[in-house]
Amino acid sequence: MNEILSDFIGELRAAGLPVSMTEHVDAARAATMIDLVDRETLRAALSATLVKDHDHRPVFDSAFEVFFARRAVGAAASDDPATDEVDPGETTRPPRGGAGAQGQGGRSGRGGSGSMSSVSPEQLQEMLWNAMMNGSPDDLREVAQHAVELYADIEPGRRVGGTYYLYRTLRNLDVEGLRQKLAAASAGSTPDAAWAQRAAQVDVEVKVRELQAAIEKEIRERLVADRGAQSLAKSVRKPLPEDIDVMHATRDEMLQLEKALRPLARKLATRLARRRRRRRRGPVDLRHTVRRSLSTGGVPIDLRFKPPHPAKPEIIVIADISGSVASFARFTLHMVYAIASQFSKVRSFVFIDGLDEVTRLFDESDDPGEAVARINAEADVIAFDGHSDYGRALTDFVKRFGRDINRRSVVIILGDARNNYHQAHPETVRFLKEKARAVYWLNPEPTTYWNSGDSVIAQYAPYLTKIVECRSLRQLEAFVGDLA
Amino acid sequence: MTTIDPRFELAQRLGLAEVPAPQFADAAEVITRLREQDYLSSPEIASATFLADRLAKPVLVEGPAGTGKTALAQAVARATGAELIRLQCYEGLDESKALYEWNYRKQLLRIQAGRESGDAATWAALEDDIFAEDFLLPRPLLEAIRATHPVVLLIDEVDRVELETEALLLEILSEYQVSIPELGTVRATQIPMVFLTSNATRELSEALKRRCLYLHIGYPDVERERDIILSRVPGVTTALAEQIARVVRSLRDLDLKKHPSVSETLDWARTLVILGQSDIGDEEAAATLHILLKYQSDIETAQKELFGRRSS
Repeated sequence: MNEILSDFIGELRAAGLPVSMTEHVDAARAATMIDLVDRETLRAALSATLVKDHDHRPVFDSAFEVFFARRAVGAAASDDPATDEVDPGETTRPPRGGAGAQGQGGRSGRGGSGSMSSVSPEQLQEMLWNAMMNGSPDDLREVAQHAVELYADIEPGRRVGGTYYLYRTLRNLDVEGLRQKLAAASAGSTPDAAWAQRAAQVDVEVKVRELQAAIEKEIRERLVADRGAQSLAKSVRKPLPEDIDVMHATRDEMLQLEKALRPLARKLATRLARRRRRRRRGPVDLRHTVRRSLSTGGVPIDLRFKPPHPAKPEIIVIADISGSVASFARFTLHMVYAIASQFSKVRSFVFIDGLDEVTRLFDESDDPGEAVARINAEADVIAFDGHSDYGRALTDFVKRFGRDINRRSVVIILGDARNNYHQAHPETVRFLKEKARAVYWLNPEPTTYWNSGDSVIAQYAPYLTKIVECRSLRQLEAFVGDLA
Repeated sequence: MTTIDPRFELAQRLGLAEVPAPQFADAAEVITRLREQDYLSSPEIASATFLADRLAKPVLVEGPAGTGKTALAQAVARATGAELIRLQCYEGLDESKALYEWNYRKQLLRIQAGRESGDAATWAALEDDIFAEDFLLPRPLLEAIRATHPVVLLIDEVDRVELETEALLLEILSEYQVSIPELGTVRATQIPMVFLTSNATRELSEALKRRCLYLHIGYPDVERERDIILSRVPGVTTALAEQIARVVRSLRDLDLKKHPSVSETLDWARTLVILGQSDIGDEEAAATLHILLKYQSDIETAQKELFGRRSS
């Protein structure tokens, strides 16, 4: 147990979770006090001792599934773990052989050649339906075993995380059709009330999600049997939400990012508000202090302070929202507006090859997320061919809004500076730098890519206060936090 | 691996004559005994509570508002027959309100009394005298440490104090002791169970998290919520409780500013019972929605999505 635990914690650390020595010891001690056969108890004990942030839970869960997939059940049904290890080519044997075989007598036909399953697709559909309708977790698990056997077509030894197997299995199971069938079945028995209809829909979703989870687990267990926990853990390792690379996020990761963004922005706003409140005192007011000191014989006992000068900057965001960097711009705008109260004023502009002001969208809605969602539909940003043109957009900005820039303005330009070989017009940025307090450029590309291909960041660089590499929420939060 | 029992270890450090017996035999016992107090715990909650007791460590409980974080500490206190000592945190909380304070009025009186009665005590003797336990005003944390009977210490909404104040807690959380410069160190005479709750409005320090076990209490699933309603709302039928739980689950599935909490669900259930409903109809539900949802925009969304009404 201790060895697995060490490996497991090594994996957590590799995925970015801060696990200290004390926590390791706690986990080891906790493990001695519980019933190790029950996986969920073990999961609860380990998560209580090792994971101190709810956002880290998905990372923990996926690692846990991998490391404690078989061993816990393997102790109970240890019929042939050796076969799996020695001959990974034979994928037909489900890791949880014992449990599965008891459930269905039909399991015995193990099939000599490759991936022949004991049930036909029709039988499986029937089993699936039954499991869905009066689903006990055991039934569902059994369906998942058969489905994976029948459809996933796992290739031993391939270094993959199993997402594709999952996709293939679900498609072959016809989950869409299942969803509709379930909806139709429940429609008959549901009362007319609108809320009940809705609740029934949610029921269906929950069931489908359970099925998906069961299949995912089954695939993972087989992959662990095939390749061992550590190797698989590397393939399925998920970055923490705040470390996800915004430019290359998958759709799933995007959802995670969106979810992580809101609390992150809220925390940032609280922190900044607190910092401002604590710094409420201005510098020492010498005149006043001396005057007060007369009553104490010239000794300045009672210090007087000048009223604070809320040097709140005025923020001007100019964001490229063309395809490649759109999501990055969205996150940044959201973050900036979430702490808008820390600035005297925020104005935002978006462009591709034309430029449009979108400040009004944010003024109309009290939820920055909502406003950001409306940008794509409502901003008029294509003037010519719909490829980013920084030079043109910035020239346009200077022409139309240049006179609004003053010493209190902080200009933030968002984009990868990939100019599609148009004119860069760096003099526009120079103009901004001369008039504004500061001009920052946030680039969502890694530093090593700058100036490669059509990236023209170097042409703007001499006139910028700072160029910041900004690829993840963590970096974004740090930048925005320093701004206020 | 030979692990020393953490309770034994702590008892030795505190210099206790005997190791206080743990409160629970296993996680299942936690569930049963909390159920007797009308607190329905999930396996995760039970595990964390059980381990907190066994490992003699505080638990940091996080989660959305109104999901039973504070109630957990209260239920544990009742179940173990311990006194609940509560420290409500807020911005600006300091040592003198959390730990202890010298009762300076009484100290002054003592000095004056000494002067008037003419017994010319030396300064040293006087100092010894006025910095004695008699002149100490214990605040919740010290009170919990000094108690000779079993206590459950609840440090509520710990995320509201400043980062600097958080450090005050560290000594108590890891060593179960309080150092008072004039007096020495006060050590616990028993092992109190400690719960900290947080709404995650800010990141707590690593140092604090490391000293605690962590428990996240999310929204319960339909079955558990139904059971919670049944156990906490008198006069509710199983069918109604089930319906309520399902409506609330659907609401939490919507994209709302604030999802209904368990305590709001209970309020709603009580309302429906008082109104004499045995079934939830769209009309009645939509009319009482403001009990569950606290933002007008949320109410409108819910009416549209759930009850098929256009907001008028």
